[in-house]
Formats: sequence, C-alpha cells, structure tokens
Amino acid sequence: MAQLPKGEPAPQDGLLPEQAKHDADSRTFHAYIHVPFCRVRCGYCDFNTYTAQEIGSSSQSSFARDLVSEIEFSKSVLELSAIPERSINTVFFGGGTPTLLPAEDLIQMLDKLRENFGLDSDAEVTTEANPDSVDQEYFQKLKEAGFTRVSVGMQSAVPHVLKVLERTHNPENVSKVILAAKAVGLQTSVDLIYGTPTETIEDWVHSLQEAIALNTDHISAYSLIVEPGTKLARQIKSGEVESPDEDLHAEMYEVAEAMLTKAGFINYEVSNWSKSVATRSRHNLAYWNSMDWWGYGPGAHSHVGGVRWWNVKNPSAYTDRLVSNLSPALERELVDEENQVIERVMLQARLVDGLDLSWLKSKGYGSAEAISTLLAEELIDGKAVFGQSIKLTLKGRLLADYVVRKLLD
Amino acid sequence: MLQLTGVVDDRSMRAQYLDRMDIERERGITIKSQAVRMPWEFEKQTYALNMIDTPGHVDFTYEVSRSLAACEGAVLLVDAAQGIEAQTLANLYLAMENDLMIIPVLNKIDLPAAQPEKYAEELANLIGGNPEDCLRVSGKTGVGVDALLDKIVQMVPHPVGDPNAPARAMIFDSVYDSYRGVVTYVRMVDGSLTNREKITMMSTKAVHELLEIGVSSPEPEPTKGLGVGEVGYLITGVKDVRQSKVGDTVTTSMKPATVALKGYSEPKPMVFSGLYPIDGSDYPNLREALDKLKLSDASLVYEPETSVALGFGFRCGFLGLLHLEIITERLEREFNLDLIATAPSVVYEVTLDDKKEVTVTNPSEYPVGKISKVLEPMVRATILSPKDYVGAIMELCQGRRGVMLDMQYFGTDRVQLRYDMPLAEIVFDFFDQLKSKTQGYASLDYEENGLAEGDLVKVDILLQGEQVDAFSAIVHKDKAYAYGVMMTGKLRELIPRQQFEVPIQAAIGARIIARESIRAMRKDVLAKCYGGDISRKRKLLEKQKEGKKRMKMVGRVEVPQEAFIAALSSDKEKKGEKKGK
Repeated sequence: MAQLPKGEPAPQDGLLPEQAKHDADSRTFHAYIHVPFCRVRCGYCDFNTYTAQEIGSSSQSSFARDLVSEIEFSKSVLELSAIPERSINTVFFGGGTPTLLPAEDLIQMLDKLRENFGLDSDAEVTTEANPDSVDQEYFQKLKEAGFTRVSVGMQSAVPHVLKVLERTHNPENVSKVILAAKAVGLQTSVDLIYGTPTETIEDWVHSLQEAIALNTDHISAYSLIVEPGTKLARQIKSGEVESPDEDLHAEMYEVAEAMLTKAGFINYEVSNWSKSVATRSRHNLAYWNSMDWWGYGPGAHSHVGGVRWWNVKNPSAYTDRLVSNLSPALERELVDEENQVIERVMLQARLVDGLDLSWLKSKGYGSAEAISTLLAEELIDGKAVFGQSIKLTLKGRLLADYVVRKLLD
Repeated sequence: MLQLTGVVDDRSMRAQYLDRMDIERERGITIKSQAVRMPWEFEKQTYALNMIDTPGHVDFTYEVSRSLAACEGAVLLVDAAQGIEAQTLANLYLAMENDLMIIPVLNKIDLPAAQPEKYAEELANLIGGNPEDCLRVSGKTGVGVDALLDKIVQMVPHPVGDPNAPARAMIFDSVYDSYRGVVTYVRMVDGSLTNREKITMMSTKAVHELLEIGVSSPEPEPTKGLGVGEVGYLITGVKDVRQSKVGDTVTTSMKPATVALKGYSEPKPMVFSGLYPIDGSDYPNLREALDKLKLSDASLVYEPETSVALGFGFRCGFLGLLHLEIITERLEREFNLDLIATAPSVVYEVTLDDKKEVTVTNPSEYPVGKISKVLEPMVRATILSPKDYVGAIMELCQGRRGVMLDMQYFGTDRVQLRYDMPLAEIVFDFFDQLKSKTQGYASLDYEENGLAEGDLVKVDILLQGEQVDAFSAIVHKDKAYAYGVMMTGKLRELIPRQQFEVPIQAAIGARIIARESIRAMRKDVLAKCYGGDISRKRKLLEKQKEGKKRMKMVGRVEVPQEAFIAALSSDKEKKGEKKGK
C-alpha cells in the first residue's frame, strides 16, 4: 500500500459520523497494530515501513508509548461518537516487523487494549514474525501475555528466489522459529510468495514441500504483485529483472492447491489455507466480513460501520499529532450503502463459505444471465447456486475479480 | 494585398486572414473559398478588384472550379521554395479551361530556400511566355504586391455583362452562419440586384426577400445593391443552404431573366466511411452535428447505418480523404464528439450472375452469392517529384495496381508521372506512403477516370466465428491474404484476453485465409485483499466497470473501443503529416 487511497480530509478530533453507529451490535470489534520498522527493506515490499537508518532508532524505542496514546485516543473517540462498547475479538500485529520490538513492547500494547476494551475470552492474538528476529524465550513471553498465534514470513525455501525478493533471512531459521512457536503452544502460519522472477515450477514445488513439512496450522500463498514505486518495479522497468508471467502464476496456484489439499489443508479464502475451521485467521475473516476494526500505528487503516479512514504514514508526523491530542487520521471515506454492498460482494465472494445469493439478488445484483454465464464458464459451483450461494470453483478463484464484476453487472 | 489595399489595417492583420476556421489556420490550408473586394488605384483611376481565395487540395477541386467560373482572371500562386505541385497543375488546367487570363506569381521569395529563377523557368515552360514575366512577391514582407495589383488591373479583362438586361447572378458559394442564416455568395453577370428586392431562384422558382446585400471587404459590408460584374453576398433569412444552391442563378421577381446561367455539376462523394460515436448515447448529437455541417457543406452526404461492432452511426460520403479527415475533426472539435471512423471505402458497382446490379458503399453490404462482375472507380493520378525518387514512386504505384501513362520532365530535376490507378488504392494510406518514400517532396493530384473491372473479393474478419462488420474490406484478390494476416495479427495484439480462447479469422466467403488466436485468460484476481486494500480494490472495480461501458460485445467477446480505434486507424501518428495542399 505505497499509495493511500483518495478520501476526504479526516476531522482533527477523529469523531465518527452517525453512520458508524448503525447496527454496530451486529459486528464484532478488532484491532490491528502496525509496527512500521524493518531491519532492511525488501525489494518487492511497498508496505509502510522504515529502517533504523531511515528514521533513527529512537522512534523505534518510543513506538509502544506513542501507540498506547492512540489506544487511549481511540477509546475516547468511540465513546464520544456513541459507538456501543464492544470487547476485542482479535488483535493482529503486522508490519513492518513487529518482532523487531522487544516482546515487552508488544505486550504493553496488548495490555493497553485489554485495559481499555477488554478481550474476548477466546480472542485470537497474532503477531507476524521474521525468522531471524525471534526465539523461544520471546514466544514464551508472548504466549503468557495472551498471544495465540504466529505468522512467519517464509516467502520461499529457494535461495535464488529469496535473493530476488531481497529477503535476508536464513531459510533454515524458519523451521526453528516454527518449532519454537509450537513448543510454547502458539498456533502457526507461514506466508509464501510465488511467481517471483526467476522462480520455476520446480522451485515453487520445493518451497511448498518445505512449508508443508513444517506442519503448521495455516499457510498463506500470494502471487507476487509488483507494486509501483518498489525497487522491484524499477528493476523490471529497466529490464534487469523479467516481469512475472500471469499464466505461470495460474499454474503455480493450481500446484499449490493440489499439494496443500493433499497435505490436509483446506482453502478458505483465495490465498489462504487452513488445517481446520478453528485455525483459520479470524482476524482476516473479520476484514472480509466487513466487521469493525481500529488500525493503530502510522499508515494503518480502520473501518467502523462503513467509515474507512487511514493514518498519516510518516511515524514522526504520527507521533506529533498524538502528542497534540489530534487524530492521526489523514483522510477518510464514508462508504454509502450501495458501495458497502459492492465491498461485501467483492470480499465474501473470495471465501469458501461463499456469498448469499438471495441477499445478492435482493440488492439487485447477480442477474440470471450473469449466474448462468458463470456456471457455463465453470467459475462458480453449481450445487451451491441451487442452495442460494455463490462459491468459486478452483478456476473461479483464479478469475475471482472477473466473477465479482460479472455478479455486479 | 489586404493590407496594401487598405481593407485590413495593419493592427488587425494576421496570417491567413481569410481562413476563418481554426482547423484551416492550424493546418495552414484553405478549405472554404472566401470572397473579398479590394479597391486599387492605377493611373489615377480606382478599380474594384473582386477576389476569391480558393483551396488548393484536390478534394476541394469543385470549390476551385466554381470560383473560377465566377472570374475573368486567375493569379497562379506558386511557392518559390517548393515549386509547382501536382495540385498547381490541376488548378491551372481548370483556369485555362475557363479561358481565364492567368498571371503567374512566385510567392514567399523572402524564404532562404526560395529558388525563384528555377521555378520561373518551370512556369514559363508550362504556360509559355518568358521567365521574366513571372512576378516575384512576398506576402509576408509585401515585396512585389503593388506590382501584382497593378498587373491585375492591366491584364484582367473588365466584366462583360449587360447592365440593362434582367438580373442574373451566379451562386458560387452558400454558407450557413448561425447568426445570419444562409449567406449566399454571388457574381452579378447581368443587370443588378438591390436591397429589399424580391428575388427568385431560377431552378426552384422559390421567392425570397433580400434582407441584406453587400460585399466582403473582407468583413461583410452592406451596400445598396450589386451591379454588373460585382461579387458580393445576399442574405434572405433562409436557414438551409439547399434552398440557395451553388450553381443556381438568382434573378429579380419583378423582371425575371428567362435563361439561367450554366451551372455546375454537383460534386459526387468518392470516399465513404462509417462514423460512430464512441459513447452510443451521442448518436442524436452526431445526427444534429452532421445536419449542421451539411448546412454549409452541401457535398457531405450521410445516412444512418448500424454496425454489430460499433452500434449506431452514419455512413458518410466525402469528396476525398482530406475532406473525411476535416469533417471528422470538425465534428469532434466543434460538436465535442468522440468518434470512430471505419476504414475509408470507395463505391463499387457489383453485377450478380442473375444480372442484378448492386451499388456497394459499405464493404459489409457486399452481396453474397455469385458475382459476375465488379466495377471499381479509377483515377488518373499525377505525381510530381524530384527525379531522385522516380524509382521509389514507380515501385509504390505498381504495388498499388497503377498503370503508368507517361513520364515528363519539368526543368532539369523535376518529373511528372501519370498513372491510372484504382481509387481504392489511393484511399488506403497511399499519400502517407508517397510522402514517406520521397521524404515529403512528392505531390499528388488525381481526377476521376471512370470505372474499371477489378478482380476483387471481400475479406471478412471473424471473432470467435462472429463477423465484425467494421473490419470487412473489399480488396484485390492478390492482397486478400496480406490484409487478412495484417488484420488478424493486429487484433490479436489489441484485444485483451478473455475467459475463453478467442479465434480470430480472416475469411473470403466460407474460406478461411488467415487465423490467429487469443489464449484464454487464466488469472484475474488480486492475491491480497486486507484491511488497507479494500478502498483501493473497490475503486479499481469501479474503474473496471466504467471501462466495461466502453466495451463492445462481439458475440461473447468483449472488445474495448480502443482496440477498434487502433485497428481502424492504420497510421494514426502519420496522419499529422498528411496536411498539405
């Protein structure tokens, strides 16, 4: 997300408009915490993240303090905006590299959330982790403080692929970290990237085998997206690196589906596989089911009742605003009912549980002609349709954006 | 001249003063003739010089011939840096046929590249006389212009009409003006017309009252009337140029003339093209715009047409390619329309085995079934060029089914080549090719030269088995394959991948002559869609839906408008060079 979307200026007091309250009781509440630091920046990454060189290490050490003040700010904004009080259902620490911070910092933030909102008894609390920056002791602390899940950025098991991605971690560390997390009783997940320039099908099969051998609860696999403004985008433009091939991506996706299914994983969202329903990422499901969440930290995105806003990206601008008791939000977007429907179609169509067809029709979408075309093209499941639900076939998952456009025609 | 005679003061003067349309000024060409009246004193006597500034381009030959018929003399302006062009010869020929006194003049002698000696020699060779008789002027600096005005007074005969005969005025132009209605330009041949008089159009017997009569000097200047020999304008309040037809004779209702003046034949459209609005809802606006342009350009013809690929539009007939280009550009600029123009086509006369005859102006209407004979329009093309390019030109013309008639040298290094050639070959990027093969030095003129039988076939383009009418073309049998390969290849590049494989075929009847295919798209999904991606993703979706509105469906295949435009405009970039007169 190098570029933030375009919105209207967000109010300095951060107060939410009337629509945010609407039906709030029907939605669960979630927290995302963005830790914008990395040791080095990877060539493909366009997330809002900074290295110590770029920003100085002091902001890293004071980060938890600043973030805690946004938690307090959020508490008062939600109260003043008369949003019904809800405890937190899931928390996700992402980045950047949250594990660059001491475990105590992460715990301090989680505690602050608990203190202000309360955590559901079965709350899912995840942190992303870089294989090189954690050990068992670190995990032990997190586990004791209430963390339940770790997501490790593995990306690939093939050195030349990691090199193109400019990932610096040692591939052998991935299994050590997963073992350590399991040892303390955390759920585990790894992220993989496929379709990196120079990566062959054989390379990808090897990475999948290695990932499967880790015996994690969950695997995410994303095709490489060349984001504008990244080093990789420049390398492709200059011809230094070959542009990823979409047909190869499709083939790699099919390979992943086959291998992961065989290993006992079930795909539950276009790019996500889980061993069981219980180990699906509830936090991400909250995004896809248009729940409410507050995104804390520089550049983080929030959503409450069709109001989407996003914070300033620069960490020192972020701190300055909070110090002056101003909202760190840069801009916001009030999504009207029509667009909320569109978002729901766009997100839920990607899920294994599918999209409610009778609801879709009640909103004036999903014409008989569109459904019939999609059935003929074998992109949606026929049995599901007769049960009033839209579920993508494997072929449909690869063409999900087309399916969504067709449904919304 | 305008400055020197005082009709335009120095402050108001600008280049191309008489070219009123933006498009004329931008391209440095004249499309519409403009009449102007200028006073000039010679040997203590004041004369009124009536001049008509005419276009030079071959497409507008009818404008020139009409103007020449209203005159006694012609100033033949030749660019002293470029010399005689093919169009110069064409217009000179017209002037001589009209028995006009011709005054050869070399213009732009101020240019560093000017070669007045050389071209004076060429001119003298062409029309006789001495190179020294050829005047040398510069419109920019004014050098020699007074001598030219003097010479016009000396050489051009006075009008010979009978001032006491019943009035007869020849209409040589008729223009629609949104404020004043139709402005009719006339030359008084006999008698006179006065303001507020009732006039009769001799062809239709329609009677109108003269609301205003005047001269152009060069801004309209009302007068009490027009006398014999004078050139001026009439305004009657009619709103349609067709009620004031070029070539008609105007007389007075009180004392009408009995014999009309010899008129002009109406120009026939030579080139046809389908014009379609990119936004289908603009169709009524396009109709209105064409109706309006028709008011001032009687040579434009059009009728509604439907295309599977392009929707509702009009089949329009033009005098030539430049005319097509100018009308399209005027529609886009003056009426704010976005248009697609199909590949230009000529008119074919097709005879079927059962003796039925069909006139085809649109390749998709080419009859199916047994065809016994196809006639296509021919032209006689004249190409003038420096001699170094003769080889390249001959090669080009032969490739375009040209048959050489003769080759003639003007002066030492310039050559005239004459060819008989099918018009269809010229219509398809011939001029661009000629210019590029001769580094822009060659000039082209052509005139109609009847019909000839051709070995022609219609090539259809099919997308997933569906014929795309906009891409059908009538071509010579030997070129069908090349056209098919070119078009299918182009479309393969231009049409985005679909959810299924799309075969693209070129066919003559049921016979496939070329084939390409667009592989099915396998992936159309964004891998990641988390919290911060949602707004972006929704906006992308909105954009895609917006883009879809500009998609045309050919069967199940979605084809973006841009693909049609790109496939139809063979050399869009090169078009910029094709300005010229």
